[in-house]
Amino acid sequence: MTNNQAETMNDDSTIISISKLNKWYGNFHALKDIDLSVNKTEKIVICGPSGSGKSTLIRCINRLEVHQEGSIIVDGVELNDDVKHINEIRSEVGMVFQHFNLFPHLTVLENCTLAPIWVRKKSRNEANHMAMELLEKVRIPDQADKYPGQLSGGQQQRVAIARALCMQPRVMLFDEPTSALDPEMIKEVLETMIELAESGMTMIVVTHEMGFANKVADRIIFMDEGQIVEQNDPETFFNNPESDRTKLFLSQILDH
Amino acid sequence: MRSAIIQGVLLFIVCYALLSIYQTTIFNLEERGIKTSTSFFDSVAPFKVGFSPFLDYELGKTTYIEIFYIGVLNTILVAVLGIVAATILGFAIGIMRSSSNWLASKFSLVYVEIFRNMPLLLQIMFWNFAIFLAFLPPPKQSLEFGVFYLNGRGLQTPLPIIENSNNFNIWLVTIFFSFIGVYFFRRWAKKRFFETGKTLPVFSLSLVFIILFTTLMFYALGGPLTIELPVLGKFNFKGGAQLPLPLFSLWFSLTIYTSAFIAENVRAGIASVSKGQIEAARSIGLSRSQMVRMVIIPQALRVIIPPTISQYLNLTKNSSLAMAVGYEEVVAVWANISLNQTGQALIIIAMTIIFFECCSLFTSFVLNIYNRRIQLSER
Ligand SMILES: Nc1ncnc2c1ncn2[C@@H]1O[C@H](COP(=O)(O)OP(=O)(O)OP(=O)(O)O)[C@@H](O)[C@H]1O
Ligand SMILES: [Mg+2]
Repeated sequence: MTNNQAETMNDDSTIISISKLNKWYGNFHALKDIDLSVNKTEKIVICGPSGSGKSTLIRCINRLEVHQEGSIIVDGVELNDDVKHINEIRSEVGMVFQHFNLFPHLTVLENCTLAPIWVRKKSRNEANHMAMELLEKVRIPDQADKYPGQLSGGQQQRVAIARALCMQPRVMLFDEPTSALDPEMIKEVLETMIELAESGMTMIVVTHEMGFANKVADRIIFMDEGQIVEQNDPETFFNNPESDRTKLFLSQILDH
Repeated sequence: MRSAIIQGVLLFIVCYALLSIYQTTIFNLEERGIKTSTSFFDSVAPFKVGFSPFLDYELGKTTYIEIFYIGVLNTILVAVLGIVAATILGFAIGIMRSSSNWLASKFSLVYVEIFRNMPLLLQIMFWNFAIFLAFLPPPKQSLEFGVFYLNGRGLQTPLPIIENSNNFNIWLVTIFFSFIGVYFFRRWAKKRFFETGKTLPVFSLSLVFIILFTTLMFYALGGPLTIELPVLGKFNFKGGAQLPLPLFSLWFSLTIYTSAFIAENVRAGIASVSKGQIEAARSIGLSRSQMVRMVIIPQALRVIIPPTISQYLNLTKNSSLAMAVGYEEVVAVWANISLNQTGQALIIIAMTIIFFECCSLFTSFVLNIYNRRIQLSER
């Protein structure tokens, strides 16, 4: 009875559950038996060497990559070939890319309101209001009428975050959001992400910014060769890593 | 300042060179007894022009300068028809080329490679002599395409006829004013949006207004325009208009040839939209058709439009190959026949060059406007 209750509670607070996930690119086995469950408001940082499958994993969560085996359930909806499910999940899951991928032919404001208007069927008025609020949150309301090409990298990435937030997602995925930025811009983007984390958003972040991981993450996942090698809270992860591969990785990136 | 002086000196040298070339040429021509003057413009042209849909032609009355106008108008006619058709066909083929359907993509690849690489003159002669002249039936057995009929003499098409030119002009003016009205309506709606945040379906309202208003005015003015359909009589068609076979062959070949280039532009334009753009569109939940309409097409068009406008200019220039099939455009009736008749090579060739030069300047003008608009919305 108690056991049962605990399980239901656990189910309620889980927003993403991935089990036995396998993914191949042709013959290349990119993800091997990944099991991962993410709770609501949890912040997860994924790190690992290049080519270890970090991007592939988070891109499977919103179906930018198609997996071959295992299951991914987001907010109670299973990801399969059903286009309705895919679109439902995509509008609940926001994504921020390494290279921003803003729409260059639309203004900052239009970038932010495109999906709310066409996918969420909001009125332009309502969408504009919400977009302006979020642009204020990421501290660039004065750039609303500019085009992405007129902004700095850090500003563009903050617009990209606002664009994703405009869909009022329940989960945000970040794929190396600061790797294409100059050092002084990394800070402003990380600050925005920290504020977002404090507001209670569920976040999965692929990054090598260990300071950010230490400060924000509830759990740090280390991946290598398509597998989850180790996952722990930041304290344990940095001070007492279990596996030798993690130690090696940490010594490499913390040296720099 | 220094560069301005250098430019000024250069300009002077170029002008001086041109002037001396001109003077030497005139001198040499006069030495050989060739007069250069425009006096022949008003003399009657002693040859027949069979196709002149816009200006009245009468053998023994039409002057040389009118022949020039007829040629220019005929060139513009085939160019406009070709541009419209090549654009539609080129976009269709180019989109097929980018599709994931293997057959469609390979078909358009072969289409582009064949028609882009074969000499145009050969293509014109192939379609005209080997296909149309050889296989098209006489008028009585015309091939029927809706209200169009194709036979060995050409293509019969419906013809819009202005019943009452006065009312027709009034109608045009009312259309013009309805557009002005829409312009002010949009300005007002935009202003209201910024002030109060209230939105209106501006585009649909404008469209409905223009359509309703112009149809209403059309009937109010007693229907100043009717469409005359071609009807098969005893031996030939009555009513409608006819594109004679040389025009049809030329139009057809120019369309096929240019569409291959436009298709390639379209393919390149679609390919230029980066994978990241598509991923971003998918990640915010846009459906496939929304992504195509709002993310891919607007970006692809920026790559497609400039080279396509240059293709329009190429098509216009290429229309001078009409001599092969006897279509009476400006090079045929002016730079060839009129020149042979009058011997006024200098003036005739110069006028022909100036005409094509004007086409080219017009094209660059349009291109510049387009590029400036794009730049405005990017920086
Ligand atoms: N579209 C693809 N086709 C084939 N192989 C791919 C494709 N995308 C990724 N891979 C391979 O899958 C493996 C995992 O790639 P992934 O991009 O997930 O790595 P990553 O951990 O994000 O690396 P990085 O830190 O460099 O971004 C790599 O070995 C990569 O070469
Ligand atoms: Mg990656």
